[in-house]
Amino acid sequence: MLEAGSGPPLLVLHHSTGALGWRPLHEKLAESHRVILPDMPGYSRSTLPEWARDPRDLAILMIQLLRKQGLSNVTLVGLGFGGFIAAEMATMNSDLIGRLVLVGAPGIKPPEGDILDQMLIDHADYMRQGFRDEKTFEKFFGDLDDSDVRSLWEFNRVMTARVCWKPYMFNRRLPHLLPGVDVPTLLVWGEKDRVVPISIGREYARLLPNAKLEVIKAAGHLVDYEEPDRLARLIQSHAR
Amino acid sequence: MLVGYFTERPYQDPKSGLFGATGRDIQDLSLSNGDYDAMLGADLYNRYLDEKVYCEEVGFDAIMFNEHHSTPFCMGGVMNVEASIVAKTTSKVKIVLNGNILPIWDDPLWLAETLATIDMISRGRLVTGWVRGTGRESVSHNSQPPFNWERFQEAHDLVVAAWTRPGPFRWEGEHYDYRYVNPWMRPYQQDPHPMMMIPGVVSRNTVAWAARHKYPYVMLSTRLEPTKLSFDYYRDVAREEGYEAGPEHIGYLWKVHVDETEELAYETGRKFLQGPGNIFLEGSRGVASPVLQNLPGLTDRNNLLPTGQVGFVAASRGRSTSDADYSKPRAAAARAKAVKGAPKAKAAPASPAQPPVAAMAASYDEQLANYTIITGTPKSVLPKIRHVLEMLRPGSVFFWDGDGAMTHDDTMRSLRLFGSDVLPAVKEMGDELGLTSPFDRNPMKPKLLKGGKRTPAATKKAVAKR
Repeated sequence: MLEAGSGPPLLVLHHSTGALGWRPLHEKLAESHRVILPDMPGYSRSTLPEWARDPRDLAILMIQLLRKQGLSNVTLVGLGFGGFIAAEMATMNSDLIGRLVLVGAPGIKPPEGDILDQMLIDHADYMRQGFRDEKTFEKFFGDLDDSDVRSLWEFNRVMTARVCWKPYMFNRRLPHLLPGVDVPTLLVWGEKDRVVPISIGREYARLLPNAKLEVIKAAGHLVDYEEPDRLARLIQSHAR
Repeated sequence: MLVGYFTERPYQDPKSGLFGATGRDIQDLSLSNGDYDAMLGADLYNRYLDEKVYCEEVGFDAIMFNEHHSTPFCMGGVMNVEASIVAKTTSKVKIVLNGNILPIWDDPLWLAETLATIDMISRGRLVTGWVRGTGRESVSHNSQPPFNWERFQEAHDLVVAAWTRPGPFRWEGEHYDYRYVNPWMRPYQQDPHPMMMIPGVVSRNTVAWAARHKYPYVMLSTRLEPTKLSFDYYRDVAREEGYEAGPEHIGYLWKVHVDETEELAYETGRKFLQGPGNIFLEGSRGVASPVLQNLPGLTDRNNLLPTGQVGFVAASRGRSTSDADYSKPRAAAARAKAVKGAPKAKAAPASPAQPPVAAMAASYDEQLANYTIITGTPKSVLPKIRHVLEMLRPGSVFFWDGDGAMTHDDTMRSLRLFGSDVLPAVKEMGDELGLTSPFDRNPMKPKLLKGGKRTPAATKKAVAKR
């Protein structure tokens, strides 16, 4: 678990590809918040919870983490798959969560389009599709031959396959519970998201009673890589 | 010795262009069944079943079926249906299933019922094998790869329990739950259950598991030297278990085509490599998808048999052929990156650099030279078959023929010659070399080592635990 900054607590849940360290988004958020970046169980070479079968199991573990850390009134930020977990957490215990931010989050069966299936695609191709264009991918991942990142991804996606193989990246029960979540929620989607269809963002906005959807023009799925400053400002404004 | 016949039953559609040597390559799971011609399928299923029946006529001891899904190289997507038919249309041959893909069954009790029915209709001729399936099977029946091995083992334990333990009982395992296990059928073979054979190619886990259960293990068309080493591993595990594995515990499947002249045999044998052949086997022009073969948690890359170290085998399964790529300790390095202030993350190129799979496969002539394909007249194939038998000492052999682009006529010529001039001689060799089959000596009741004690079969232990 990485942590920096001071102020109200803000927990960031990582993508299914793993946390991949402290990045500009976290740095920006740390200017106003105590930013906590945990590895979800089974990710980034943490101990595998072999019993876990459902994303909801991870959500329960993360709720327990909040309690253990004595955190409340947390701003909970979920990136991609982490947003799915964050949404599940909000249905379980919204008292601990002051503000919710879901960025390109799956969790609902898309009314239009399909969630890109990472199980049938090479890692680099999967990451590439997370960006609005090839150049941005190259900027972050393309210039170096780093098998460590690939190996980390191989590790992480075993956990994803254990909890999310089918249905892939959504929970048919979740939409029925979202109307009961009154936590103020910010939904952020890249307009060019090729991984998690924006139709899911609209569905979250429809189902959550206290949510608004911000669409970032020309961004892809990985808004946190592509537009860290803008995303940080949106989160800070929402968390104020 | 048990001598059997095998073919993958390729979907031979000249119009499809799926003939590797002359048409487009088959990329795994890349073809639409919109092109499937059911009239042709009807002809082919009937042809392959007719050939199986003819095998019995000419004197084979066994006919073997296998199962794959969503691919033209094997039409046996529902092998148990084919087995059911030959259970009634043959009367002597063993019906060898290599094998049912246990992890993809969500209801293995139904499988236990199906197989018990086949065993009764055939009056005890079922030899039932189990496999884990490739990535293709996990995807096409959407079975979670990380639980593949667990589901394989539990489904097996459940099937054996359903066959051997009087019901009703409850089954509440890790992956399967039943409130009432009491199928109204029992297998015909009850000592203690139908004969099993476990086929495999690269997984050490599977060999060790087979040896612990004392089930015969059949290597599928692998090169001789690493196959021998892999059988040695079976024998090592057997010794750890307190028994000496004999030929009855070992089986080998490989390609043998017999024909009327050397020239005809050579040219027809080439067709092994020309049809829509199994993409994992040398000489086919199919293309295995590295992504499918590397599904998360499916197979431990570091737990391979010697057969898995052969460059082609490794590459066809989407693994790097350089051990260094997968063996260096990376945890510390990866962890070190996850620190505050670390620079931007980095990723590897799309795939580890390695030669194309096809380039690593042995050519037809190379395969003839290394005996993974044998072709010739009865007179010329016999010494080569003997070489394989002497080297590997299998109690069960399966001749793989009538595959690829071979026609019905090609197959029937070979089967006829097998019957008249090859099988009797091979069986004599087997007797001479002491190659006992699992039907000559029960593999579940092996010769114990000094100090070894006869324990209940592992399956029974598993049953008792539940």
